[in-house]
Amino acid sequence: MAGPQSFSDQHPMSRQRKALSLISGGLDSMLATRVIMDQGIHVEGVNFFTGFCVEGHTHAIRKKDRDKPKRNNALWVAETLGIKLHIVDVIDEYKDVVINPKHGYGANMNPCLDCKCFMVRKAHEWIREHDFDFIITGEVVGQRPMSQRRDTMPVVARESGANDLLLRPLCARNLPETLPEREGWVDREKLFDFSGRGRKPQIALARRFGIEDFAQPSGGCCFLTDEAYSHKLADLWTARGERRYELDDIMLLKVGRHLRPRPNFKLIIGREEGENNFLEGYRKQFTHIRTLSHPGPLVLIDGEPGADDITLAARIAARFSKGRDAEQVEVEITPKAGEARRENVPPLPSGEMPAAWYL
Amino acid sequence: MSHYELDARRMLCPMPVIKTQNFVATLKPGDTVEVFCTDHGALNDIPAWSRINGHEVLATRELDGGEVSITVRVGDSDD
Repeated sequence: MAGPQSFSDQHPMSRQRKALSLISGGLDSMLATRVIMDQGIHVEGVNFFTGFCVEGHTHAIRKKDRDKPKRNNALWVAETLGIKLHIVDVIDEYKDVVINPKHGYGANMNPCLDCKCFMVRKAHEWIREHDFDFIITGEVVGQRPMSQRRDTMPVVARESGANDLLLRPLCARNLPETLPEREGWVDREKLFDFSGRGRKPQIALARRFGIEDFAQPSGGCCFLTDEAYSHKLADLWTARGERRYELDDIMLLKVGRHLRPRPNFKLIIGREEGENNFLEGYRKQFTHIRTLSHPGPLVLIDGEPGADDITLAARIAARFSKGRDAEQVEVEITPKAGEARRENVPPLPSGEMPAAWYL
Repeated sequence: MSHYELDARRMLCPMPVIKTQNFVATLKPGDTVEVFCTDHGALNDIPAWSRINGHEVLATRELDGGEVSITVRVGDSDD
């Protein structure tokens, strides 16, 4: 997409102004970026990877989804707009946001306001390191119940440290002037006054720009907004007696069935070939069980199981195999540090598997 | 001009892209790197990242064991 004449073309003595745009891969940040590009600003994108981004992970793991085309929406947006995209790994730094959110959680384990403050703060650090002038986001007043409210949007600007270097082009005219507007780097009159949860103004603006193909509105872009995922994360912390996680933990929460038959261990059970293959990569880190006499899933045991627990786990593994109706299923049990052994176990009857075990 | 190999196996996107991005940042224009991945999404994402950032994809390969590789030639830096 060719933009109009640049600011420096129009003002030969002026420095080309540069903005960093937070690109989620959704429509709003795409439109906000395009609006500012059209004002002759040089824009580059940034996308922060927290480990919780949905971004096709389930898709990548499950075999049945493999053949469908998949794209990284942030990269796609950047390519469509013709801008550079910097993808930044913030996995470790982000832990504190998830574990100790100053402003608390939303409906699930989503610390949306702290998350936005964190990302804008990271963007602010980036623009200082790279000599950029300001930050833009696709935020819209009233669009999100936690991070995009009239009273919380100033919190993001203030607590991130970006203050008036943070411009929200889609709703700027509902907000106080920012530095880029006051300095005339961008024309406030050409910015927008969108508000609320409706999507019509965004869809109309997309059409005006000739953007027909875009990802569904964001919000579903983070596993922490997902009730089932949040429940599994809370269970992990309860079982460990402390609120901490590693990347492997949060990746594994995205895969398989999770069952906790006892407080001291849970099972991660592959649901299909793709998930089993993914879990194979983790088997050296866990005591694991596979069925030999009948096709079945790979089962990882997370925790500190005793001998009785391992027998119970083996019977559950048998239950999820093709031998669920057999009298005995032969299983191979491989301790985390030890030799594999074989046992015959009766599959656990479904009536002995309470729904409360399923996380 | 040097050639490198980069192991991004068992990583899910965008980690292979981030690993490629950070490694390429240490290379010189004209250097090449073959990135090995198990997430097939990298077949889309690393070429997209390369196009955006002015690098050239020389080859993509599907290998045994479900692995794929993408060979990237580092473009001229415009920073």
